[in-house]
Amino acid sequence: MSRGSFTSVARALAWRNIHNWFTNPTLIVPSLLFPLFFFTAFAGGLSRVDSIPGFDYAANYTTWIYGFVLLQAATFGGVFTGFSVARDFESGFARRLMLGAVNRGGIVAGYWLSALVRAATTITVVTIVALIAGLQVTGGGIDLIGLYVLAFLLNTVAMLFGTGVAMRLRTMQAGPLIQTPAFLLLFLAPVWLPYDLLTGWVHAAAAVNPLTLVLDTERGFLVGDPTKVLPAFLVVLLLVALTILWSRGGLRSAERAA
Amino acid sequence: MRQVLLLAQRSVIRTLRQPAMVFPSVFFPLLLLSINSSGLNSATRLPGFPTDSYFQFAIAIPFIQGALFSAMSAGTNVANDIETGFLNRLSLTPLRRVALMLGQLTGILALGLIQAATFLLVGIAFGDGLAAGLGGVPVLILLSLTISLAFGCIGAWVALRTGNGEAVQGVFPLFFAALFLSSMSLPRDLIETDWYRTVATYNPVSYMLEGIRSLFIVGWDAEALALGFACAGGVAAIAITASSMALRTRMVRT
Repeated sequence: MSRGSFTSVARALAWRNIHNWFTNPTLIVPSLLFPLFFFTAFAGGLSRVDSIPGFDYAANYTTWIYGFVLLQAATFGGVFTGFSVARDFESGFARRLMLGAVNRGGIVAGYWLSALVRAATTITVVTIVALIAGLQVTGGGIDLIGLYVLAFLLNTVAMLFGTGVAMRLRTMQAGPLIQTPAFLLLFLAPVWLPYDLLTGWVHAAAAVNPLTLVLDTERGFLVGDPTKVLPAFLVVLLLVALTILWSRGGLRSAERAA
Repeated sequence: MRQVLLLAQRSVIRTLRQPAMVFPSVFFPLLLLSINSSGLNSATRLPGFPTDSYFQFAIAIPFIQGALFSAMSAGTNVANDIETGFLNRLSLTPLRRVALMLGQLTGILALGLIQAATFLLVGIAFGDGLAAGLGGVPVLILLSLTISLAFGCIGAWVALRTGNGEAVQGVFPLFFAALFLSSMSLPRDLIETDWYRTVATYNPVSYMLEGIRSLFIVGWDAEALALGFACAGGVAAIAITASSMALRTRMVRT
């Protein structure tokens, strides 16, 4: 198994997925539209809630919501890549790929590269729209690097999780199993209001949700006052490590079935 | 009449036999309601907010979300009939277009009834009940079914125009946009962003939401109900007309 075979498989698969995504409206349009819908609906429709007593954020509500939509775009870039893996298995392409690839780790790497490109594209579009809508970024260069590195690490977590599920089930029916946990984790964080203003069971769920920590740190980066940076990175790196194991198990399962 | 009944029976059985069509259309709106009402309950502290329970405010949203799911179901069913050739075979019979449309949409109305009854029970069990009292129940169900019919007809129209289930799925984001750009999250007079408030004011979905919401929060608000029924009925009438025209075109092609 040469290094060249790993990179050639990864590059070829990434190119195929990226090409498919950019040229197929049924794939690219929902990926771009959904974060924009959420951003528009929340930033536009709920902007008044930043006047609730106890809502103390150093920038406007558009910036507050951008922090969430950034994570959502990154996460769903990975989730939708999981859908691509499932589709490739259902169509028989992945089976042929497994037979042709010398180093199958390159398959996961190829999907990862395509997930990064998807997320980068969506984040770029959302950021442009947010800037037009009044996004106030007061964080410095280091803060911005931290902001986007954390987002891309989360994209990697979602992609590895989705790939692990898709490679185990090898059918598009896996879609809800990939999407639902990501959706729940995102929305059980303090999306609209700070943690202290949440009530009921969502308040309890947010307390144990790792994305609460990540989201707080992201919002801190945006205003140049990041909090709990190290714990946030440690949590996300732990999730990366766990999902690497999960996706490797999925790859082994797919290899046995091939 | 017999023609309509036969098609209606087929439509109802076909819709209710698909748990994948029924379950998500009830479960996901309720899940979102639960998350929204906990996550945004502090919004009731805003001056002028019409109730002190965000759950009571947000209970109207599942009725619309359920109707959006109905639209996808109606469209997918019609597209499936086109793709399998069932519609072609029907066109050889003396079946009238209106009978065919009504029959096809009965399953969606049955699904709408299940959704409305479930959301109403949840609203009563976990909220402050229906401010309009028992008399509000039939009005709420009727408004909810009119909204389901309106969105269902739009789904059917897309299917008849394209003959393609994938195209129906592709319209889903547009339906979502219609819901998001409405008075879904806050009352219109509390929306701070000017352009958003303007869009929400021209969006008929706002009035459908406000019609349902009025029965839960206010009681009998004649203006909100009249606007709700007018918007839902208007969209339904336009969509039925458009669907009938699309059906005629498709039958001529056949």
